[in-house]
Amino acid sequence: MYDKGKVLIGLAIFLVLALSVVGYNMTAGDNKKPEPEKPKGYTACVKSTDYMKSSHMVLLNEWRDEVIREGKREMVKTPEGIMVEKSLQNGCMHCHTSKVKFCDRCHEYASVKPYCWDCHLAPVEPADGKEAI
Amino acid sequence: MKVLRPIIAVIALIVAGGVLGMSQGTQMLVGVILPSIAFLVFIVGIIRKVVDWSKSPVPFKIPTTCGQAKSLSFIKEDRFDCPNSKSDVIVRMILEIFLFRSLFRNTNAGVKSGDLPKLHYGPSLWLWLFGIMFHYTFLVIVLRHLRLFTEPVLPGIGLLEYFDGFVQVGAPVLYQSDLIFMGAITALFIRRLIMPQIRYISLDTDYFPLLLIFSIGATGMLMRHYFRVDVTGIKELTMGIVTLNWTNPGTIHPIFFIHVTLVSTLMIYFPFSKLTHAAGIFFSPTRNMANDSRATRHINPWNDPNIKPHSYADYEDEFRQFMVDADIPVEKELPPAPAAEKKEEVTE
Ligand code: HEC
Ligand code: HEC
Ligand code: HEC
Repeated sequence: MYDKGKVLIGLAIFLVLALSVVGYNMTAGDNKKPEPEKPKGYTACVKSTDYMKSSHMVLLNEWRDEVIREGKREMVKTPEGIMVEKSLQNGCMHCHTSKVKFCDRCHEYASVKPYCWDCHLAPVEPADGKEAI
Repeated sequence: MKVLRPIIAVIALIVAGGVLGMSQGTQMLVGVILPSIAFLVFIVGIIRKVVDWSKSPVPFKIPTTCGQAKSLSFIKEDRFDCPNSKSDVIVRMILEIFLFRSLFRNTNAGVKSGDLPKLHYGPSLWLWLFGIMFHYTFLVIVLRHLRLFTEPVLPGIGLLEYFDGFVQVGAPVLYQSDLIFMGAITALFIRRLIMPQIRYISLDTDYFPLLLIFSIGATGMLMRHYFRVDVTGIKELTMGIVTLNWTNPGTIHPIFFIHVTLVSTLMIYFPFSKLTHAAGIFFSPTRNMANDSRATRHINPWNDPNIKPHSYADYEDEFRQFMVDADIPVEKELPPAPAAEKKEEVTE
């Protein structure tokens, strides 16, 4: 092998970079899937749970467009038969009363920070929760 | 057409990934086992390639020089285009790796029409532009994917996502890097198809990686913006891979498995194809050598150690008499005593 020292240093850097993710997770410890706190007193979301899990942001976007651009503010009926407002604060957060214990649990896990809360108010968290941002 | 076989290969991969990703039983195979193996093949393959390269001798000093070499003090030296020292080479390599300067130097011959048509050479920067757009957005995309492989998510990834989604279009937000990436890879592919001289030299192995990477990007974007997948479920699966704690939450759309099949193919294909230029650039003698062959002697590793170097002084010592006889000027004269007359001849 020519330039053995340099090649070995290069390979070491490559290996460390490639395997750093595995090492990081070993030291970082707990890797628990998020458990968003389901709202009490309700059994169904606005749409099927599968749809909500993957596409709630699409629904929110649709609602936003309908309300703000087309002025369609009529209520939506959930599978449970409850009428909900097409709204982030008064719709979603009416049932999901805690942002920290619901939305944020998943979002921290998936590293998403919806910018919605720049303007929209999050529900006031009970004293034991983290402070609402 | 050489592009046909790569198209068929990529379609076959997509179909295979889709079929295997459809049923819970085989999801584990394509979603977890295949990428794990592919990652190992990638690492071991790259290391083997590098070790193999480092065993190859470099017989001659062959840096490509693109500027004025170090010369007299009043002649301006082009340090990084004709590096003269190790540190210049390092700077040159860094510029090459991060800015692709040799592509930037690409020129194009054309005919300028006028009263008299004139041949002219101009810069041709499209390849450089699409190349650099492609590579940097690829880097951003790979780094963004770390959100699925680290828990808690590595610091800095959130910031990258924030700036990448700065325009805040749609929900989930559209990343600019995705658009640039798809645009650049499409342009690089079309370039091979429509430019006759490039198409002429393009092989299956040129089209295949382009199509493969295009499909990876396309399935990724479809997954995010069209099919919609359960990202928390996917992170459970990917975290399972990196912590060797394999799981399949079972709620994931088949498009994810197509994406993963393609990415795994890329990782396996990488060390055995032109894509290893990522490692190979460090071993390019035309880039990583200093143009200092007049100052330091480059020993050819192929040299037979039994053949000793023969300097000019030695040569003259050996043949001085013959040289003087043949009127060839010598640096060191013959010993004076027996050759008094011949000395005159030489100084004539
Ligand atoms: C009528 C009350 C109600 C409203 C309004 C509501 N949800 Fe839900 N949501 C629920 C219930 C109940 C569940 C749990 C369903 C289950 O477990 O099957 C749920 C589940 C979810 C889930 C899936 C969580 C998981 O891990 O399974 C998401 C995501 C979600 N809701 C988001 C939203 C968003 C975003 C909105 C506003 C567009 C919203 N919800 C509006 C009651 C509501
Ligand atoms: C720049 C500030 C701003 C940001 C950021 C923002 N919104 Fe809004 N949003 C508004 C305003 C103002 C309204 C109008 C409220 C009204 O007319 O009732 C509104 C209305 C809405 C509505 C319908 C009415 C209601 O009361 O909720 C929805 C749904 C909505 N936004 C969702 C979102 C989502 C989802 C995001 C994040 C992706 C978001 N918004 C980000 C300012 C903002
Ligand atoms: C089941 C876990 C889960 C829950 C609960 C959840 N989200 Fe999400 N949310 C996600 C994931 C995962 C993404 C990112 C999807 C992606 O990257 O494709 C996301 C993305 C979003 C986005 C788009 C963000 C962007 O910038 O792309 C919005 C808006 C959003 N969520 C709003 C909410 C709100 C409001 C709640 C609480 C009512 C909520 N989510 C609860 C998992 C969840």
